[in-house]
Amino acid sequence: MKIMPCPLNGPRNITEFACAGEVRVMPDPAAASDAAWADYVFMETNGAGIVREWWCHLPTSYWFIAERNTVTDEIVHTYPAGDVFSARRDFAPKPGGGA
Amino acid sequence: MKRAPFRLPAQIGERIDRSRTVSFSFEGRTYDGLAGDTIASALASHGVRVLSRSFKYHRPRGALTMAGQDANTLVQLTEEPNVLADTTPITGGLEVRGQNYSGSLAWDRDAWLNAVGRFLPVGFYYKAFYKPLGAWRRWEPVIRARAGLGEVNLDTAHRYYDKAYGFSDVAVIGAGPAGLSAALEAARAGLDVLLVEENPVLGGSLTYARFDADGALGRQRLAELASAVRAESRITVMTGAVCQGLLTENWLPIIQGNRLHKVRARQVVLATGSVEQPVVFRNNDAPGVMQGSAAQRLIRHYGVRPGRRAVVVTGNADGYGVALDLLDAGIEVAGILDLRATPPHEERTDAVRARNVAIYPRYAPWEARRSARGILKGLSAAPIVGHGKCEPADVRLECDLLCMSIGYAPTAQLLHYAGGSVVYDRAAATFAIKSAPAGVIPAGSLDGAYDLETAIADGRRAGMQAAAGLGAPSRGEPPAVRGKNASGWNHPWPIFPHPRGKDFVDFDEDLQVKDIRNAIAEGYDHIELLKRFSTAGMGPSQGRHTALSLARITAEATGRELEIIGATTARPPYSAEKFGHLAGRGFEPVRLSAMHHRHLEAGAEMMPAGLWLRPAYYGPKDRREAAIREEVEAVRANVGLIDVSTLGGLDVRGPDAAEFLNRMYTFAYANQQVGRARYVLMCDQTGAIIDDGVACRFHDWHFYVTATTGGADRVYQTMLWHNAQWRLDVDITNATAAYAGVNLAGPRSREVLAKLATDVDLSAPAFPYMGVRMGTVAGIPARLLRVGFVGELGYEIHVPASAGEALWDALLWAGAPLGIKPFGVEAQRLLRLEKGHIIVGQDTDGETHPYMADMGWAIAKKKPFFVGARAIEAQMKRPLQRKLVGFTLVDPAEPPPEECHLVIREGAIVGRVTSAAFSPSLSRVIGLAFVPPEQTEPGARFSIKVAGGRMIEAQVVKPPFLDPNNARQEG
Repeated sequence: MKIMPCPLNGPRNITEFACAGEVRVMPDPAAASDAAWADYVFMETNGAGIVREWWCHLPTSYWFIAERNTVTDEIVHTYPAGDVFSARRDFAPKPGGGA
Repeated sequence: MKRAPFRLPAQIGERIDRSRTVSFSFEGRTYDGLAGDTIASALASHGVRVLSRSFKYHRPRGALTMAGQDANTLVQLTEEPNVLADTTPITGGLEVRGQNYSGSLAWDRDAWLNAVGRFLPVGFYYKAFYKPLGAWRRWEPVIRARAGLGEVNLDTAHRYYDKAYGFSDVAVIGAGPAGLSAALEAARAGLDVLLVEENPVLGGSLTYARFDADGALGRQRLAELASAVRAESRITVMTGAVCQGLLTENWLPIIQGNRLHKVRARQVVLATGSVEQPVVFRNNDAPGVMQGSAAQRLIRHYGVRPGRRAVVVTGNADGYGVALDLLDAGIEVAGILDLRATPPHEERTDAVRARNVAIYPRYAPWEARRSARGILKGLSAAPIVGHGKCEPADVRLECDLLCMSIGYAPTAQLLHYAGGSVVYDRAAATFAIKSAPAGVIPAGSLDGAYDLETAIADGRRAGMQAAAGLGAPSRGEPPAVRGKNASGWNHPWPIFPHPRGKDFVDFDEDLQVKDIRNAIAEGYDHIELLKRFSTAGMGPSQGRHTALSLARITAEATGRELEIIGATTARPPYSAEKFGHLAGRGFEPVRLSAMHHRHLEAGAEMMPAGLWLRPAYYGPKDRREAAIREEVEAVRANVGLIDVSTLGGLDVRGPDAAEFLNRMYTFAYANQQVGRARYVLMCDQTGAIIDDGVACRFHDWHFYVTATTGGADRVYQTMLWHNAQWRLDVDITNATAAYAGVNLAGPRSREVLAKLATDVDLSAPAFPYMGVRMGTVAGIPARLLRVGFVGELGYEIHVPASAGEALWDALLWAGAPLGIKPFGVEAQRLLRLEKGHIIVGQDTDGETHPYMADMGWAIAKKKPFFVGARAIEAQMKRPLQRKLVGFTLVDPAEPPPEECHLVIREGAIVGRVTSAAFSPSLSRVIGLAFVPPEQTEPGARFSIKVAGGRMIEAQVVKPPFLDPNNARQEG
C-alpha cells in the first residue's frame, strides 16, 4: 500500500485519502462559453507524467494538492492548496443583479 | 504402546514430544502420532504413504516436500478442505481424509482416468465441452465433481480472525542462515528488526540439511546464530508466520495463526531461500519419490524413517548429504544415481564413497516401478547419452524411497510481487535475480548463495546494506561475498522424457512432458501463454517445482535461449489464505444517536440510514402498516416526536458566511434576517441536486446549516474544497456529532414545548414559521428551528448530544398527558410526501437539476454565482426532458405503484415513479414521478407499468397534496 505524505497529518496509508481529480482553475462563469464550461466540468487532461491532483485526507477532511507521476505512480510533492490558490476569488455581479 | 514402525530414536532438534501421544483418524482408521507431528509425519511413522489423489488422473500421491510447498498432501478435515498435511499439526480426535477419489483412497473408482489419460490432452476441457452453446453448463458440474479439490463444510462454526498493524526498520523474511545473519547485522546497527519465519522454529536449512560429513557444521551454525538472534532485543521474531505479499512501499501482509499482520518496513531483506527441484521421469509422482530435503525433514524434524531401502538421484554434493542422513537413520541406500559424468571429490561425496554405497555416475532414473496400489517399489536406471537421452535401462534397483537432489530454484515470489525479476543463469543452471527494487535486498540461496558459509556472509552483507540504506552508522566494510551463482549445485537438464509418458512436469495439474510440447506445437510458445493454456504452474504449488522445467522444455522445443524464454512471474498471495484472514473481525461501523436506547426500549424497528441506525417505526414487525398509520395520525391530529440527530449540522462562521452560502446553495442568503431560517438546495458542478436542508442565521456572521443524513460528510468536504479555492473568510465546522436533535411536530406541539421552554416566547407572532431561536428547553441549551418538513406546526430542537436522551425524556414526559407518540422514518416519509417535499437521492438522481425537480423557486437568479449555476443555465437553453410532478391514481382502489416503476407512453419509457404511498390523511394513493414536460399540467394523465406488466392510470396533481395553503405549519 502506498504512503501519502499529507501536508497536515504526515505520512499516512493512502486508503485514508480520496483523490478528487486534476487541479484546474474554474474559468470565469460570466465569460466562458457553454462548451468551455462543459470542458471544465467534465473533461480531464489525463496526462502521462507529473500531474497536480486534489487529495482529501478523509478523517480530517483536509484538502491539499499532490503532484503525482501517473506513469510511475510516484507521489513527487504535496503541499497545501493555498500554495496554488493564494488569493481570494470573487465573481463579477450579473448586470442588474443584486448581492 | 506399540512404537510406530517407522519412528526413529530421538534426533537432535526434533519437533516432537515423545511423551505425548495424540490419536487421530485418517480415512476412518485411528492412528497414534506424537505431539508436534504433522498429519503427514504421523502417517509416515506408520508407513502410510498415500495421502491424496491427483487432480486429473486420480493417481495416488504422497509427501513431496514436507514443507507445505506442494499439492500432493492436500487433505480434507471435517471443517476445512485443502489442508496441507505436511505442515498441519495433528490434534486429538482430528478426522482426516484424502481428496480427489471416489470409493476409497487406496482403490479409487476413478483411477481409470489414468488409463485414458492420452484422450485428455492439454486444453481438453476448452475444446471438448464448449459446443453446442450451453454445453459447458451441463458438463461443468460433472467435471467439477471429478476434478474439484476438497469439499466445503457449510456447517463449519464461525471462527475468530483479526488483524494487527506493525512497523519495523528492517523486515527480514526467512530465518535460515542468511536471514538470521542479516537480522543480526541490522539489529547491531541499531535498527528494529522483524524476523519472519514460516516454520515453527528458526534455522531454515540449518534445521534439516547436512553441510559436512558428520553433520556437525549445521548444528553448530544454528546454535550460534539462533542464540545470538534470541539475545538481541532489537529483533522481534515471528515463527509460524507466512509473509503473503510484498506490496507497494514495503507493505507486508503476514499471516500468523488466526491473525493477519499488516507491517510497514522501511527496508526488506528477502532471505526466502530456494526450493529443491524434482527430476522429470516416468512415474516420478509415485508415493515414495520425494525431494532429498523432504526425507531429511522427516528424519530430523519428526524422527521418522522415510523408507526402508532408498535410491538417491543427485547432481550435487547435497545429495550425498542426503545419502549420509539416510545411512545414519538406518536406511539401506541401494544406490546413488549421479547425473554427472564424474562426481568430484568433496567431503560428503567422499564420505559416502567410504561407506561402500554403489554410485552410478551418468545414470538417470528412467522409470519408477509401482506396486498394484501405485506406490514406489523399484527403479529402472539408464545411462545418459545426451541431453535428456538415455540408452536402454540396464540397472534395476528395489527401493521404497527415492530422494531427488539435483538442484534448486529461488523462492522468488516476494521479489516478483515487488517488481523484481529473475533470468536464467547459464553458470548456475537455474534462475538468478536480475533486478530488485529499491529497499528490497535479496540474500542467501534466493540470491544464488548455495554454499552455507557463502549464504551466511551474504546475509551479513544484506543486513549491512539495509542498515546503510537507512543511514545507520557503518560498522565496517561489508564482507566480500564470493561464489554466488556458482556452477555445480544445479543440474542443467534433469528431464528424461519417457516414450510412454507419465513423466510429470507439474504434479498439481498432472502435466507430462508431451502435454507441454503439444501446447507449444499448438502455438502457445511464449512462457506466459504456455502457462495459461497448459495450466502449468497454476495449481496450489504455483510453479515452485514447475517453472524451471517448463522454461527448459520450452527452450528445447522452440530453439530459443533459456535467457530469452525467461520465467513466469508470480502474484500474491504466496500461499493459500482464508477469507477469514482477509475479513478479520466483522467491522462495520454504525453510528447511534443519543436516543438510540430509548428507541429500542420503545420497541422501534431500526433501519440503516447511511452509517446511522434510525427507527423505521415503533412496534412489532407484524404491526408495521398499522404502526406507521397511527404515527402519521398522531402527527396530523395531535403531536409526535422524531429523532433527527442524524441530520448534518454545520456551523459556518465569519464575515463571509452569507457570501459563502450564496455560492454553495441556490437560494439568496445575503439579506436573510438574523433569527430566520431559509431553505438550502445544493447542486454539484454539473447542476445536479446533491443535498438540501435549512440555513439558520443566528448572527450576521453565523449560520447553522443542516444537511441530509447521508450527505452531511460530503457537503462538509465539498464546502471545504470550494473554499480552498475561493479563500473566503469563513470557518466551517461539521457539528453533526456534537448535536442531538428532535422534531416535535403536530397541532399540539407548541403546548408540549411550552411546558419545557422557559425562556423562549413561543407565541406565533414572537416565534413565527421559519423563525430560529436560541434558548433552553428543560434547562438544556438548545437551538430551536420552526420548520415544517412534515407540514405541521413543529419545532426542531437541537441540543448538545450529551443531553439528547434527557431532551427526549423531557419531551415525552411533557407530552404524555396529551398522548404524544414517537414516530419513525417511515411515517416521516409519508408525512413529507403529503406535502410534496422531495427527498434528495430518492426523488432526484445524478441528472436532476432544480428546474427538473420543479424547484425553480429555490434559485436566486440574480446573484453572481452559485455552484452548478452555469451548468443549469446551459441546460435550460434546451427543452426539459422530464419534470417531477405529483400524482394520484385514477382508480382509488388501486394499490400504490413502487419506486422506479416506469412511466410508459406509446410503448416507450418516458419517466418513472420516485415515491408513492397510500395517504391515510387523504384516503388515496399519492406520489411523485418524472414525466415528460408536456404531461405536467394538473389533470394530465399518464400510464405506469406496475409489477406483472400491468398498466395503471395516474393523474397529475399539483403538490402539496395536503393543506395547499400551508395553514397548518404556519399557524
